[in-house]
Amino acid sequence: MDRHPTTRAAADPRRRALRRKRLLGAAFALPALLLLGALVAYPVVFSVGRSLFDAGGDRFVGADNYVEMVRDPATLKALRNSAIWVVVAPALLTGLGLVLAVLTERIRWATAFKLVLFLPMAVSFLAAGIVFRLTYEQDPDRGVLNAVVVGVHDAFDAPAPYPTARAREGEGLTGGPADGYLSGELRPGSVAALPFVGVAPGAVPGGPEPARTPAPAPDGLAGTVYLDFTPGTGGRPGVVDRQEKGLPGMTVEAVGDGRVVASARTAADGTFRLDGLGDGTYRLRVPAANFAAGYGGVDWLGPALVTPAIIGAYLWVWTGFSMVLIGAGLAALPRDVLEAARVDGANERQVFRRITVPLLAPVLTVVFVTLVINVMKVFDLVYVIAPGPVQEEANVLATRMWLVSFGGGNDQGLGSALSVLLLALVVPAMVFNIRRFRKGGGS
Amino acid sequence: MRRPSLTTLRAAGALAAALALTATGCGDDPAAPGSGGELSGTTVTVAGVWTGGEQTNFKKVLDAFGAKTGAKTVFVPSGDNVSTFVGSKIEGGNAPDVVLVPQVGVLRQFAGAGWLAPLSERAAATAGGNLAPVWKEYGTVDGTFYGLYFKAAHKSTVWYAPDALERAGVTEPKTWDELLAAGRTLADSGLPAFAVAGEDGWTLTDWFENVYLSQAGPEKYDLLARHELKWTDPSVVTALTTLAEVFEDERLVAGGAAEALRTDFPGSVEKVFGPEPEAALVYEGDFVGGVARDEFGRKPGEDAAFFAFPPVGAGKAPVVSGGDAAVVLKDAKNAEAGMRLLEFLATPEAAAVWAGAGGFLSPNKDVKPEAYADDTARATAASLVAAGDSVRFDMSDQAPAAFGGTKGAGEWKLLQDFLRDPSDPERTAAALEAAAAKAYGN
Repeated sequence: MDRHPTTRAAADPRRRALRRKRLLGAAFALPALLLLGALVAYPVVFSVGRSLFDAGGDRFVGADNYVEMVRDPATLKALRNSAIWVVVAPALLTGLGLVLAVLTERIRWATAFKLVLFLPMAVSFLAAGIVFRLTYEQDPDRGVLNAVVVGVHDAFDAPAPYPTARAREGEGLTGGPADGYLSGELRPGSVAALPFVGVAPGAVPGGPEPARTPAPAPDGLAGTVYLDFTPGTGGRPGVVDRQEKGLPGMTVEAVGDGRVVASARTAADGTFRLDGLGDGTYRLRVPAANFAAGYGGVDWLGPALVTPAIIGAYLWVWTGFSMVLIGAGLAALPRDVLEAARVDGANERQVFRRITVPLLAPVLTVVFVTLVINVMKVFDLVYVIAPGPVQEEANVLATRMWLVSFGGGNDQGLGSALSVLLLALVVPAMVFNIRRFRKGGGS
Repeated sequence: MRRPSLTTLRAAGALAAALALTATGCGDDPAAPGSGGELSGTTVTVAGVWTGGEQTNFKKVLDAFGAKTGAKTVFVPSGDNVSTFVGSKIEGGNAPDVVLVPQVGVLRQFAGAGWLAPLSERAAATAGGNLAPVWKEYGTVDGTFYGLYFKAAHKSTVWYAPDALERAGVTEPKTWDELLAAGRTLADSGLPAFAVAGEDGWTLTDWFENVYLSQAGPEKYDLLARHELKWTDPSVVTALTTLAEVFEDERLVAGGAAEALRTDFPGSVEKVFGPEPEAALVYEGDFVGGVARDEFGRKPGEDAAFFAFPPVGAGKAPVVSGGDAAVVLKDAKNAEAGMRLLEFLATPEAAAVWAGAGGFLSPNKDVKPEAYADDTARATAASLVAAGDSVRFDMSDQAPAAFGGTKGAGEWKLLQDFLRDPSDPERTAAALEAAAAKAYGN
């Protein structure tokens, strides 16, 4: 019956040896497998299971959490932001790292330079976040970025003297601070009193003197621009009271036939005089330039710019990492190829584009994919830098997941669903990386 | 009561400090035990959100308890999120004995989870005698009295620098319309009326609550707090419209809405009481006085004064309040000694210790006016006690945290959006209702 008795007898001890080897292998792998199971596999399975239950974890809700995730505008915003992060940050970082690595290779103090660029890696994300929160602060007195921006802006365009002033309502001036004020029609020889309020007594530039009504100009218009507010009582609206001050340095124009025909600046007592006007009627205009609100700088942490601003902080931390990794790859490049290209007459740009980058491609891919995975889980910077009112606009999936699960809502069902989504998004990048490692080992 | 001084940065700082404390293993020095007290040898662990001066002053109260009973006391800062802190401590088998709970919602959550021990008869009797019933009610869940209100906040006070009002020739307004008129006159004098701390969502909920309590009345306020009334109710829309009168007026909000949204609570106090005033009025609770004193060297009553939040429309002047309730955890190692601490906290004697140090209001009507450090505290305390049962607890503190207590979400976020663009109160009301329905689950 047994057709191959001899082969079988020979195979038996070999098989037994093989089986023993396998058992031994399994015994060695067991501790690692147990750890992996307890620390990775079990939590993943648990999260997937938990995501099918409600906030309290008692009621099975099926896919409700996933439906909720797609319907919730805040989560969609987080998803959109994560997408922006993944598209922008790794590409920028790899590019920056490549450029810096190539450049630092050529300079003398390369090591010192690299060290400085690498330093931010030693700073914790929390600390970096706090530093950047202050850097991006809107108030130029606190935020260094806006201090620079405002300083540069004001050097070219001096701030208006009266950003807070408004005309006293119902006292002859129409318009608003945004487009300037116009008086009623006046004939040469008349004297106008132009009342303004909303200027703090200490905020009047120069030393203001008590407002005075000037003598009429026979062939022009005269008048006074004054602060129509008496400290303590308010004073009579539209009347130059005794304690009220003039507003010096205010530009006043005379407009006739829709054109500006004369312009003057008010004196320390608020008076102005526009001479040489022909017969006819004119209007006085107090142009908007007097009231232009001071330039406040860029609203870095506003809803529109908060994500780019945080990505900026992230770049600061991670540029060193990609530069050092790419630099290492660069050092390992075969010099002879580069030299050969140069001898053949290729210029530096061609060498960079045609030789360096293609040869570096494997390193660049590893850096890029590693960064994609890191960017997916960015949390601390977003959490620390975004101020309360724009938290939702800045959220990424990881912060959203944490906030939903522990930050008040305590809806760990929805939180688990979000973590499963995050996992699903990271897995392709991981698989890709592992495959690359394998290939790298085989070649 | 929300912590008045916490911004992200400060929270991070506090966290770092807490970590440092844990790392060095010293925690807080246990109060020196009195010789031969009945509780000598026992240690009572107390957890609360207090930091800085508040923590120092509360430790004085704990010291007084230690001196009386011989018990050692340790204060553990819980960080901003008490509920997470206590939850993790209980699961770790290391529950503190006593917790100071800053929100009604959290108290209910703890009671619902079965973490709390009911007050002893003695504590309940002492509290019942000297607290207005409304406080007892807020400490009661499903008929069981768990939470003893030890510290209260009066959140219907508008603070001002007297010289600013004097310069504008304005007196303390008595009605909402007078308040707006006074604000506009202040703006004419060169100082915009209100510094609004829009970066901290909780200040905006307090604005809304005062307007709503006064305009719609306490019955509707209670219904809305329990979400038995929908936020789309016309009364909510009316209150939001009233609030918009302030928010949309550049003269009434210093720097306009954009600037307000970048101002946190300490920043708003600085705008009024700091070295370079940028606004004349700041609305928030009695603790504004404490910040003005500690951070900007003002003397409450002299160069920092307050008036009561004026009645809106035909309503009565609102008294919105907050407070910290002391509870004993069931799983605590020294729950009995903890209960003794609560019995002590219920007495006017305990309240007097902190009242003398300042920055404290007691809901306890037996605390003598002389116990308070200054006239301003005396006046706020008198106003709070006089309001008796018409006091209403901060509505957002009664709500589930997802709606009323989360940075960047729920009511905080929606009112911040409303401050940015107050043009459509109905849309805001609808958004609030949607968020509330989700958080309350009804």
